[in-house]
Amino acid sequence: MSGIQETYLRDEAQAPALPDDKAFDFFPGARAPDRQSMVDVFGVRIATYEWGAADAPPVLLVHGALDFARTFDVFAPLIADAGYRVVSYDHRGHGDSSPAALYGWVADERDLLCVADAVSRQPMPVIGHSKGGSLLIHAIEALPHRFTRFACIDGMPFRSPHPDTAMHERRYMTPEVISKWLDNRHLSAEAERKPGSLQALAARRARLNPRQSHEWLCYLVSKGAYQQGDGWRWKLDPAIRPGGFGVMRSRWMTDRLPGFPVPLLALFSTIDEPMGWDCKLADLIDYLPASAQAVAMADTGHFIHIERPRQTADLIIDFLRS
Amino acid sequence: MTEYLQHGRVRLALHCLQPARDSGSHALLLLHGLGESARAHPPNLYAEWPGAVHALDFTGHGASSIPAGGGYSCEVLMGDVDIALARLGAATVCGRGLGAYVALLIAGARPKKVRGAVLLDGPGLAGTCATSSPYIPQVQAGAAATPDPFALAELATDARPPEYAAHYATLSREFSALANPLAICTREQPPWLQAVRLLLACDAANPVKACMSYAVMPSAAALP
Repeated sequence: MSGIQETYLRDEAQAPALPDDKAFDFFPGARAPDRQSMVDVFGVRIATYEWGAADAPPVLLVHGALDFARTFDVFAPLIADAGYRVVSYDHRGHGDSSPAALYGWVADERDLLCVADAVSRQPMPVIGHSKGGSLLIHAIEALPHRFTRFACIDGMPFRSPHPDTAMHERRYMTPEVISKWLDNRHLSAEAERKPGSLQALAARRARLNPRQSHEWLCYLVSKGAYQQGDGWRWKLDPAIRPGGFGVMRSRWMTDRLPGFPVPLLALFSTIDEPMGWDCKLADLIDYLPASAQAVAMADTGHFIHIERPRQTADLIIDFLRS
Repeated sequence: MTEYLQHGRVRLALHCLQPARDSGSHALLLLHGLGESARAHPPNLYAEWPGAVHALDFTGHGASSIPAGGGYSCEVLMGDVDIALARLGAATVCGRGLGAYVALLIAGARPKKVRGAVLLDGPGLAGTCATSSPYIPQVQAGAAATPDPFALAELATDARPPEYAAHYATLSREFSALANPLAICTREQPPWLQAVRLLLACDAANPVKACMSYAVMPSAAALP
């Protein structure tokens, strides 16, 4: 967080000045959801969004870390227009879902399953981006009967370059990292997101999403932030910290990939960027099941579906219909 | 006497089981096992301790509050202990079962604040490891009273890879002022605990003696 605060003024100064926030309520190709609802997951209210006919076959669409469902406003309608009921949701503490006292991988997976149950008790196809992809990998491995197909957008579990997990612990769970994580928990009860103008929030996010246009990021602010007297704030629980902490699970999931139980389409980025998933097709090719389709998207960053919505949707629609 | 401490959106209960008899001695902080509470600790374990004796109820246990929708991890419980240590100052920690694993984590995470960690048998000692089949714990409904069924489901299946536990043991050994910062007094030997034992010579036969071995800190000259 300190990094964000340190560069805040510079970001705001660099942001091009446009007079009216309402100019960013719309973005070419973006379409608001046709329906919105809430699912109560044991006291945590999860906001859901749907594009497409309510009686069309459902597809569940899961966003990544620090994102929210409305980031699919361009991509989801393309899938819906192919004849699907596309359902997405905000993870707990993200977007319009309620904050929670606790956050964790298993809780995120259970929220996902409760949303899936609310959509249909029948097995369904799923699409996941980034962390949403890895959540689905594990959920499908645990409950293969609930899912029919899986399209993963730059969210396959990455393979640590280190030969053993102990090396990972030494490198990433340093005393400083652990202390900082614990220190933050002392402050999380009173923490607040830093306010700013709509364009300042967009400029801040541009540091994490450098390949996305300022206009698109402003559109995201208009959907993923709220406005108060002192400015806009992202709808993201300040208790949520970027990056993982604790046990490293990714390698376990890659070891199980050869036996992955449903048809798999895996799309990979080819350009590194700050929020990237650090997972390349070449790293995983030996772990993918023989039936999997894998595509490395040329000259594309982590947000494949935002950079190339039409191409991504066409690949996934073909996969869903195959 | 019970006082309440805030850990994010959770209210933690910290019970004083015994006041200090020697005001110069540091506290003993007791950590219960899975599904237990501060009442789990036998008085003979801590009767001879010269400082104050406190027992923490983990999130979702005992008199601590129940968060909606689960999301438990042993790292969160380590955070519970860190909140308690901020209140008590440096302390010896003694954990049963699940609390033993959390004691190891906090000993590695805060080696200057933890004046020895004693690991005892108790509920929830094992957890799971990397080779366990993928599993997403479900419960029928939220709880009105502790222990929270989400805590039972999630913490019984929490992953505790041996190399991860060994990493915290290494941090404890490297950064603690004590020559032997961990004392293991368990019959049960799950894989994570075996890894710690292989790394450190830290077996102790008697829980009371193991605790008391940390009651008096060595003088600065005697520290490694």
